[in-house]
Amino acid sequence: MAEKGDWVKIHNVVLDPSNRVSSLPADTKKVPLEAWINGFLNEDGEIGEMVEITTLSGRIVSGTLAEVNPRYIHDFGNPVPELLKIGPNLKKQLEEGSV
Amino acid sequence: MYEDVIKRKNEIIQKAVGIDYSKFEIKGIAFDYDRMMKEVSYSLDEIRKIQSETQVGNTPLVELKNLTKLIRKISKPEKGARIFLKDESANPSGSFKDRRASVSIYHAKNHGYKGVIAATSGNYGAAVASQAAKYGLRAIIVQETFDSNHVGQPEILEKGRACEAYGAEVVQLTVGPELFYYTLKLLDETGYFDASLYTPFGIAGIETLGYEIATQVKSRYGRFPDAVIVTHAGGGNVTGTARGLKKAGAKTKVIGSSVDLRGLHMASDHDFNRKSFTTGHTGFGIPFSAYPDRVDVPRNAARSLRYLDRYVLVTQGEVFFTTEALAQVEGMMRGPAGNTSLTAALSIAKEMDEDQIIVVQETEYTGAGKLPSAQLTFAKKMGVIVKNGNSIKEDVPGKVIAIPESIEQIGIIEYPLENIKKSYVKESIKAYGKSEFSDVEKKFMAEDTNSNSQEIDKMLEEVLKDGKA
Repeated sequence: MAEKGDWVKIHNVVLDPSNRVSSLPADTKKVPLEAWINGFLNEDGEIGEMVEITTLSGRIVSGTLAEVNPRYIHDFGNPVPELLKIGPNLKKQLEEGSV
Repeated sequence: MYEDVIKRKNEIIQKAVGIDYSKFEIKGIAFDYDRMMKEVSYSLDEIRKIQSETQVGNTPLVELKNLTKLIRKISKPEKGARIFLKDESANPSGSFKDRRASVSIYHAKNHGYKGVIAATSGNYGAAVASQAAKYGLRAIIVQETFDSNHVGQPEILEKGRACEAYGAEVVQLTVGPELFYYTLKLLDETGYFDASLYTPFGIAGIETLGYEIATQVKSRYGRFPDAVIVTHAGGGNVTGTARGLKKAGAKTKVIGSSVDLRGLHMASDHDFNRKSFTTGHTGFGIPFSAYPDRVDVPRNAARSLRYLDRYVLVTQGEVFFTTEALAQVEGMMRGPAGNTSLTAALSIAKEMDEDQIIVVQETEYTGAGKLPSAQLTFAKKMGVIVKNGNSIKEDVPGKVIAIPESIEQIGIIEYPLENIKKSYVKESIKAYGKSEFSDVEKKFMAEDTNSNSQEIDKMLEEVLKDGKA
């Protein structure tokens, strides 16, 4: 349950596969063009329901309620062994026979 | 509905950019590029003033002394140019894209638009959002973010976060060129200004970058730089920087550089999340230089073939190495975009004399989603093999990222400009549906590719003979 005024993410199918441009590669052509937009919920609603939001630009947009308080999920990743020796090796090279 | 919107493309765009492109048309493929650049936008002095009022530009030029030292250790005697970096991450939203956005948003504000829209998955979104915030305009950024499994490219997710942090509405789409349709629909619905990357505003804004590099180097060392190396995506960065260098009187060589992603399809849902670079790669660099007018506006102000002296490719693995090197021996955590040209600079500096100067003309802010650790963790998750090795020999876009173990392994792949020029001719034949061009058109094609009429004739002949046109 999301309440009016909550920060939410909505989802829409913009183009069904049958309406996509003909020049697309086959893998893209068989899937729909989808959109997600964040905004403030205009009325209470449930996940999966059609709702209306007001976006940061002030537009009113409707779509299926997908998420409440959508989280930024990208991060810094794991330490990457393939990168870890680059720095120490370059530093060693700089120190050797430095002019 | 799709057809209806696309049919009204010219009308919607003309209203949204406020430029009557028909004024500059000459005949067929030919149009008056110089007049368009002069009449539509603002003068260099005006732009410097506009940018200084929003803290854009005048970024530091940093000598990369340790990287230069390392390059000299592996160069022939008396070789190894001094490498400099223009720290564009010092701009308000953290990249040179603020220069492009600053002019567009200033123009939009002065012409009474209430908001701006940009279709971009790159730093340009944050730049538009930041400048719009400064001028009190609303902003909508349309991004290609997810594949069909709702898996987002970490770098694009970060750019979306930045746009929101500056107060813009972000529309996150799945893969496909119909992003353009969605943008047109929004322009039509809102009446906002189209902050296209390819108007004269977007390009003129970058001229200050080239101008600053020329004057900063000249005032410190009494000479202009010998070479400036520019990451090549849609060609705007190359075009604007080169024009700025010229305006400062510098006869500096302009080298373009892109990450080699040849073999990956840019509109493929599958390939989308198997590339670790979302811009500055061959998927933009090659097609946009060969056929600039493929963009959202009728005439693209970014025409890199006019200005490029050389075009080189580097691999994903090499750029990751260089990004790491820049942080570890120069103490600058930046990238990824500018590090594409830094990678190429490491290799090209080896060919140049010790007393010569090569300038890498951009950096960008980095962090979550953008860092090599973020991208490589993601690449592994998507099934791409990440290993150490000789990048130039072993990198396979979408399949293998080979990260060099030492700076000796950094190299470049030459991409002959002649190949792009020939593609330009081929694309012109396709776009205009004819194989014969008038003298006026051929003169334009020669200017547009930095060739002469005889070369155009020869290329036309060759392309027609190849029968591929």
